Amino acid sequence: MSTQIIAHLPGTFYRTPSPDAPAYKEVGDAVSEGDVVGLIEVMKSFHELRANVSGTVKAFLVSSEEAVMPGQPLVEIE
Amino acid sequence: MVCSIKKLLIANRGEIAVRIIRAARELGIQTVQVYSDADVESLAVRMADEAVNIGPAQAQKSYLSADAILSAAKECGADAIHPGYGFFAENADFADAVVGAGMVFVGPSGNTIRMMGDKVGGRNAARMAGVPIVPGSDGRIGDLIEAERVAEEIGFPLMIKASAGGGGRGIRVVSNMDAFREQAHQASAEAQAAFGDGGLYIERFIEKSRHVEVQIMGDGENVVHFYERECSMQRRRQKVWEEAPATMLPGDVREKLCKSAVDLAAQVFYKGAGTVEFLYDSNTHEYFFIEMNTRIQVEHPVTEMITGVDLVREMILIAGGEKISVSQSDIPCTGHAIEVRLNAEDPAKQFLPWPGQISEMRVPGGAGIRFDAMIYPGYVIPPFYDSLLGKLIVWDKDRSAAIARLERALAELSIGGVKSTQPLFEALAKDRNVREGEFDTRWLEVWLEDNQSSLAEEQEKGAA
Repeated sequence: MSTQIIAHLPGTFYRTPSPDAPAYKEVGDAVSEGDVVGLIEVMKSFHELRANVSGTVKAFLVSSEEAVMPGQPLVEIE
Repeated sequence: MVCSIKKLLIANRGEIAVRIIRAARELGIQTVQVYSDADVESLAVRMADEAVNIGPAQAQKSYLSADAILSAAKECGADAIHPGYGFFAENADFADAVVGAGMVFVGPSGNTIRMMGDKVGGRNAARMAGVPIVPGSDGRIGDLIEAERVAEEIGFPLMIKASAGGGGRGIRVVSNMDAFREQAHQASAEAQAAFGDGGLYIERFIEKSRHVEVQIMGDGENVVHFYERECSMQRRRQKVWEEAPATMLPGDVREKLCKSAVDLAAQVFYKGAGTVEFLYDSNTHEYFFIEMNTRIQVEHPVTEMITGVDLVREMILIAGGEKISVSQSDIPCTGHAIEVRLNAEDPAKQFLPWPGQISEMRVPGGAGIRFDAMIYPGYVIPPFYDSLLGKLIVWDKDRSAAIARLERALAELSIGGVKSTQPLFEALAKDRNVREGEFDTRWLEVWLEDNQSSLAEEQEKGAA
């Protein structure tokens, strides 16, 4: 069964902590509950997006630097 | 008034774009508003004569794309570009590119922006104009004997920093020569061990510093000042509450301070609107130059309220080739003005950003009230830019009357649908220290820590 990590804020989604850094998680990586999987930038401040369950990253539903809205599913965890 | 500029492109967004459109319209100038995909519904787009889309929501691909802005300007036949504040306002290369494309840049020349934007360049210009700068060592001091001599010159309290360190780490504040000898020796030894360089940097430490800045305007030949503003109330180095004039300054200091700002601007044949920022030491009544901002600033309305001069109009006219329309002796300073910045943030929750839809709004009115904003009922605040929704500015005959008027205006103001910093200002206006004018640049951070829970309670009550 898979679950989705939902955006809690509107803004811009990033998969990396900074432009040159590697992504927090790739598809196939193991995640534990509470792990950071991305950032949402809202009004020039950055907020961490954390996994709500443990499992494996199945898919990213938006790409890095894409605009997201609250309630929008961003990551699928299996 | 007729201006040589016929069509002005506004290379910015939000409340300052609205402000510039208003000034241009009064001068009979056509306005062109550039906008990103996220700003289609903005007030500035609705108000301008024309609007041109310049790209996606990310500022890097729209408001910070010189190519996109310049081609928009050419396409619509604009003959001038106003950068507002932020984005390209202090970008020397952009200013050069605008002029290179045969248009007028509403601001100083690229060279002036380049020189004043550089910390060393700014300090040198100040030194040459005889403007006091924060006493400190001229760069790295190698040995401790020289350090003692320099410390003697600078005076106490002072700050010791390892010149190889950085990011504010390892700063020591000492208040006398004995402490200095001990701490300087330790700092040097530690820096030697950590970085292989024991060099030190020392600077006067200002315990109770207040941020005072002077608004100036130059036309390339003449420079006048429009008195000073006090912006000591800051959070994370962002100003939140600004006043004009700075009532804690003794009269003679104030006169010298304003003259210093004019001297500095005259030294560089300044053209346009600018602000010379100073730190004022309220213990010793000394002031020191920090930096110059070569643009119009967020807090310019408080100066307009006490002088009656439209600064944005003036800067457009100067860019169009006019001389400054007022002489120094004709610029009055009347009453007291206060501006508070309304940000879409929840002050009760560590200023969490709060974009969303404005459900309803009631704007305060009456004598001495001004509301410079970018919002209207139904408008959805995009999450991609800074959180400034607007500014509430009040004026009255003196500071205490202005605070009373601010309280009245805040009580009238209602912005529905989003959280804003309004409750913060309601609390600050009641605070004894604020009322007595007793604060410095570090005061608000401490106040916020002490008042976090009461702000949260107020927010709850407001919601209920």
